[in-house]
Amino acid sequence: MEDMKEIVKEYVIKEYIEDDTEVTYDTPLISGGIVDSFSMVSLKRFLENKYKISIPDDKATPEAFDSVNKICQLVNEYLK
Amino acid sequence: MAYSQTTRGMYEEILSGLKDAGLFKQERFIHSAQAADIEVEFPTGASLKKVINICANNYLGLSSHPEVVKAAHTGLDSHGYGMSSVRFICGTQDIHKKLEKMVTEFLGTEDTILFPSCMDANAGVFEAVLTKDDVMISDRLVHASIIDGIRLCSAMHDTFKHSDMAHLEEKLQLHNDKRLKMVITDGVFSMDGDTAKLDQMVELCEKYDALLFVDDSHSSGFIGKTGRGTHEHCGVMGKIDIITTTFGKGLGGASGGCVSGRKELVEMCRQKARPYLFSNTIAPPVVAGVIKVLEILSASTDRRDKLEKNTEFWRKGLIDAGLIIKDGDTPIVPVMLFNAKLSQDVSRDLYAEGIYAIGFFFPVVPQGQARIRTQISAGHEIHHLEKALDAFKKVGRKYNILGKTKQEIIEMYGM
Repeated sequence: MEDMKEIVKEYVIKEYIEDDTEVTYDTPLISGGIVDSFSMVSLKRFLENKYKISIPDDKATPEAFDSVNKICQLVNEYLK
Repeated sequence: MAYSQTTRGMYEEILSGLKDAGLFKQERFIHSAQAADIEVEFPTGASLKKVINICANNYLGLSSHPEVVKAAHTGLDSHGYGMSSVRFICGTQDIHKKLEKMVTEFLGTEDTILFPSCMDANAGVFEAVLTKDDVMISDRLVHASIIDGIRLCSAMHDTFKHSDMAHLEEKLQLHNDKRLKMVITDGVFSMDGDTAKLDQMVELCEKYDALLFVDDSHSSGFIGKTGRGTHEHCGVMGKIDIITTTFGKGLGGASGGCVSGRKELVEMCRQKARPYLFSNTIAPPVVAGVIKVLEILSASTDRRDKLEKNTEFWRKGLIDAGLIIKDGDTPIVPVMLFNAKLSQDVSRDLYAEGIYAIGFFFPVVPQGQARIRTQISAGHEIHHLEKALDAFKKVGRKYNILGKTKQEIIEMYGM
């Protein structure tokens, strides 16, 4: 789980951060304005490719993608 | 009564919240025609003040050009005031087809379809040509009208970092399984005044078999050696699949827009684009005015050449004065102040000096990037620009920002 959190956090930083904004596992990503809802799609596709899962569109909500912790929770639901 | 006191109170509270947050927009009333010299009533009820306008999209100074005004009068007399119909019922005149043909020739494309505005063109085009099997990959700084159009389209949407070609390539690889991929960008970005790297984008689109969409609203008529737009500037005429542009800026400044590009894509818009299907098109006098604008610009590059010289003079003058501007060579020249309140204070003081320029701050631009956006016109004479520079220097001295670095300005005023 810790590995997954680090992988997701690193992806978020690489993909979305263009200054020195700090990201923790609990940083609000979408409600905090770091990730706009449009850009969520690449995050979803990254997770699906990386973990060989399929996240239904109705589960990929801004709430479910709002922090590294929440994203990992969602991924774990589909890993089983 | 459906509109109860409770409902009214709810809206009053929202509007009051906008005022408290400094986000409440107020119009300034201009009592003259749009030009370099205008007469403004601000605040409402104040006596008229003569000021120099350096914040209009009137890049070529054609908004009140006598030949354009005369052509609009003639069009009004010959073709009437309005059509009272959408295009495909009984709202298409010979002059609408003539203008579409002229735009096609001017932009070097295959076909063109007019829209009531470029906002409408952008709102309708994606839904008309893409489906849920496709993906749209847009620059993160594209105009709001493109974002609205993307929202109305069922295709998947992803973004790439502003002008970052390596990131765009990653996205093209990520979405390579889609039926169609469309890369979407502004030609010139309206807030920063920088130009898209269309030459590199064309290469990437050819490599990954993607379509390329460019909104050239802040370019058409003056960017490129003969003013055809960003595609001319970047040497990729004929290689852009869809160009949208407006007649509400450099091309006369009245209203209207278009989608121009591959003929099949334009035909898809004619069959399916909802703002085209369910709204009247551009009114006859405006069509006649835009035809005259294109005739003027096709006959001579004098106006875009003058704009280029004015822009060089203005950019150099601001840099020499010690102000910080965004890099670029377009007539959109943002003077960076970083702090929102400072941008409002400087705008107010410039106005007192007879210069009309507006401060922009979050959420219109990113947090900490407040600025005065200046826009140069071929309608400006050097004496206009000299007076505006003098005002910037005077106000800049007052706030002690001349010759200061970004860090020093932020230390004085905050982000």
